[in-house]
Amino acid sequence: MSSEYKDAKAKFEASVAKVLQRNKERKENFTTGGGLPLERFYGPDSLPSADYVKDVGFPGEYPFTRGVQPTMYRGRFWTMRQYAGFATAEESNERYRYLLSQGTTGLSVAFDLPTQIGYDSDDPMAQGECGKVGVAIDSLRDMEILFDQIPLNKVSTSMTINAPASVLLAMYICVGEKQGVPMDALSGTIQNDILKEYIARGTYIFPPKPSMRLITDIFGFCSENVPKWNTISISGYHIREAGSTAAQEVAFTLADGIAYVEAAKQKGLDPNVFGERLSFFFNAHNDFLEEVAKFRAARRMWARIMKERFGVTNPKAQMLRFHTQTGGSTLTAQQPENNIVRVTMQALAAVLGGTQSLHTNSMDEALALPSEKSVGIALKTQQIIAYESGVANTVDPLGGSYVIENLTEEIEKKAFEYIGQIDDMGGMLVAIEKGYVQKHIQDAAYEYQRSVESKQAIVVGVNQFQIEENRGEMNLLTVDSSVGERQIAKLRELRESRDNIAVKNSLEDIKKAAGDESENLMPHIIKAVRNYATEGEICGVLRNVFGEYTENIVL
Amino acid sequence: MDERKIRVVVAKPGLDGHDRGAKVVARALRDAGMEVIYTGLRQTPEQIVETVLQEDADAVGISILSGAHTFYFNKIIDMLKEKDASDVIVFGGGVIPDADIPGLLEAGAGAVFGPGTPTPECVEWLEKAVAEKRSKE
Repeated sequence: MSSEYKDAKAKFEASVAKVLQRNKERKENFTTGGGLPLERFYGPDSLPSADYVKDVGFPGEYPFTRGVQPTMYRGRFWTMRQYAGFATAEESNERYRYLLSQGTTGLSVAFDLPTQIGYDSDDPMAQGECGKVGVAIDSLRDMEILFDQIPLNKVSTSMTINAPASVLLAMYICVGEKQGVPMDALSGTIQNDILKEYIARGTYIFPPKPSMRLITDIFGFCSENVPKWNTISISGYHIREAGSTAAQEVAFTLADGIAYVEAAKQKGLDPNVFGERLSFFFNAHNDFLEEVAKFRAARRMWARIMKERFGVTNPKAQMLRFHTQTGGSTLTAQQPENNIVRVTMQALAAVLGGTQSLHTNSMDEALALPSEKSVGIALKTQQIIAYESGVANTVDPLGGSYVIENLTEEIEKKAFEYIGQIDDMGGMLVAIEKGYVQKHIQDAAYEYQRSVESKQAIVVGVNQFQIEENRGEMNLLTVDSSVGERQIAKLRELRESRDNIAVKNSLEDIKKAAGDESENLMPHIIKAVRNYATEGEICGVLRNVFGEYTENIVL
Repeated sequence: MDERKIRVVVAKPGLDGHDRGAKVVARALRDAGMEVIYTGLRQTPEQIVETVLQEDADAVGISILSGAHTFYFNKIIDMLKEKDASDVIVFGGGVIPDADIPGLLEAGAGAVFGPGTPTPECVEWLEKAVAEKRSKE
């Protein structure tokens, strides 16, 4: 720093000291939501790195701190992708066509819990849950209805499906076949991230080892046959919702990513190839500056991990491309309209962090599934940011900000510390088994709850600025309890009309392939799906061979 | 004054995997001096009632965010009645629309706590409810 700057700064600090004698600051210590210290003032002398090209660089270039494309949103906006699905395929199809007519540019399918855990709607375990948190899909027949009049060569579809991801991907491939769209023209994403299910989301089926095999089978199959498909969406979203800090969200997500790359390498797959199809999924919470920095840090860290740890030379396989969803757990049941403002700030942080696609939550999500009106407002929020705010017109507008570059580095440091600890334990699978990750998340969740109760953290409308309110006026979406009955009737009809011998034979094939690790399961699952074997039947066979995971309870 | 520690089962019925709330409440009840048994995920109503009886619990707290609350509250309350254990206090929380709460209370739930409820409110309510229950024993 120049001596001129040093002198000016010394003068400034002296005057601050005088101000502080008169007026104390609001708090003794300021931190981000995740507890990282925040200085009063950041200036040119607080820029963390002297080496701009190495640590920050240019958009579209390693280490991608400033974004994965050279022109970012000047080329095209992020994909506005609203997660939706409820009741039956018929009702969800109608909602998707509404969203497409309103300018949404990609679909995102929410499945109900029985579908996510591999149970048909007529399974006793599915009672009370059919169609509640997403759409009920039992067989290819439901999937055909779900995408009726939606051309699969024109939309990209993201499916939040994990343990049975192979089965739902197989169904999507078969719907494509029926529409005359070949596999290599399909584009979209399956979540397919089982590790965070054990940690934070809970829709696991099988134990870790066979689950990792299902995932790497998908990597291998798609590299050859469905090259435009994102084979996994490595998710920090749920880790954050479960209560983690921002730095933990980055650390545990990238540690999961490392575990997947290692598993695929062990299978003989080339990270320069499958690495291009790995995608990520992060949360956007309220602490604006920390969130913007978090996305930038995650991008730089993954590039370094792929290059330095795995020797990846293909830049496309070094890039962290990600979807963002605004933070469900930040929404309040009190004064729900305020949530529109929270979502706006969170969405803006995601855009300033360089997201590739975005879901904005609806204001009523702390109360129920979102209504059509509130989904509409959520989507318009993105459109206003894109078309009216101006922030999309220059690349990484906050890059170079003293505080943002500082926080980016702080998050990277903190997250690499966690990853180092996980490495020392023997990797993510061991860390999950020991409850290390779960414990850290729960401690952070409990600490946050206490800080709200002690009013160290203020949540408008919840622990301060409360008002008397009557929520009776909100129009909430309710799912008709007859969904289960309708699905059960459809299943009965299906089981009578399909070729049951073909179903039996193809399930037998899956069983054999499941027992032979050198076989790729995907072609066998596609065949069974094409014969209208149900999801529950296919997962049932795999349950028999692989066994089921039992939760390691950490409290 | 009854000096026995309050025993409470915190349960996650059905397929819902959202356990942040259940675990935060379980810890808060434990920190308030109660003995807490947390069931873990994916419990059937049969398993939950079995745990309540085996653990000789005063109360069971049900956490559901999947929209299946009416089904599970009713089922668990009915099964407790069948087992002559209708004195067990049933309460819960999660993403539960206001309009559904009267139905749950009518079925026999003692209280339903929505998102944003401070944990001390839960603790106080449960202490009072258990004291009342024990005074009738």
